[in-house]
Amino acid sequence: MLEYLAIIIFIVAGIGIVLFTFCFSRLIRPANPYPEKTINYECAEIPQGHSWIQFNNRFYIFGLIFVIFDVEAVFLFPWAVAFGQLGLYALIEMVIFITILFYGIYYAWRKGALQWV
Amino acid sequence: MVEAGVGIIFWILTFVIIVSALLVVTLKNIFHSALFLILCLFAVAGIFILLHAEFLAAAQVLIYVGAVSILIIFAIMLTSNMASKKIIQTNQNALVAFFACLMFLVVTLVLINKTGVWNYSTRNLPAENILTIGKLLMTDFMLPFEVVSVLMLAAMIGAIVLAREDKA
Repeated sequence: MLEYLAIIIFIVAGIGIVLFTFCFSRLIRPANPYPEKTINYECAEIPQGHSWIQFNNRFYIFGLIFVIFDVEAVFLFPWAVAFGQLGLYALIEMVIFITILFYGIYYAWRKGALQWV
Repeated sequence: MVEAGVGIIFWILTFVIIVSALLVVTLKNIFHSALFLILCLFAVAGIFILLHAEFLAAAQVLIYVGAVSILIIFAIMLTSNMASKKIIQTNQNALVAFFACLMFLVVTLVLINKTGVWNYSTRNLPAENILTIGKLLMTDFMLPFEVVSVLMLAAMIGAIVLAREDKA
C-alpha cells in the first residue's frame, strides 16, 4: 500500500496548487467587473453567439476511435507486465491483435472518416 | 500506522463518491453532472486499489474515466442546445418514485437483517495479479483475446458506417 503514497501526494499537491492559486489571486486582485470584461475571451474578437454550442458531429468519429484504442490499452497493460516471462510468443500474439485493430484505422482512412474538410 | 492511513483514505474516498454521486443527480447543468460522474468513477478506482485489485483500478481509470466519460461528454456536446440546458430534477411522478425507492430501501434492509451469515472469501489476492492475468491472457485465453480485437474492429467499423455523413 505504501507505494501509493506518492500518488496520494501527487493528487493532494495537484488539488492544493490549483486551490491555492485561485484563492490567493482572489484575495490580492482588484474586483471590478464590467460587461466588456466578462464576455468570453475570443482572442481580441467579439465572440459570436453563445459558448455552449452544438459541436461538429465529426468529433464523434475521433471520440469513438479513441475509445476503441483505450480499450486496447487495457489489454496492453497485463501483456506488458507478463512480457518478460513469455517472450516472442506473446509478441506475435500482440502483433496479430494490433494488426486486426489497425485494419479499423485503415478502413476509417480509406472511407475518408478522418478527413477534415 | 499504514492500517490507519488506509482507513482514513477509505473514508475520504467514500465521502467523495457519495457527494459526487449526489451532485450528479441534483445539479441543474447536465454538463456539470457529467464532470462529477467522472470524479465519482475515479474515486471508485481508488477503492479498487485499496482492495489490492490494481488491474481493475487501471481498467476503471482507462475505460470509465477515460472512454465512457468521453462518450458521455460527446453525447452532451453533440446534442443541440444540450450543454447549457438547465434540467428539471423532478417530474409529476416524483412522489411515486419516492415511494418506490422507499419500498426498495425497506426490502433491502429487511434482507440485510434476515441474512444471518455473510459469506466472504478470506483468501488474499495473489500479490502479482496483473502478471497472472497477463500470463493467462497469452496462454490459456489466447483465442478469446484475439477474438476481442475482432469484436473491437467490428465496433469501430460499425461506428464509422453509422456516423459517416451521406455523400449523396
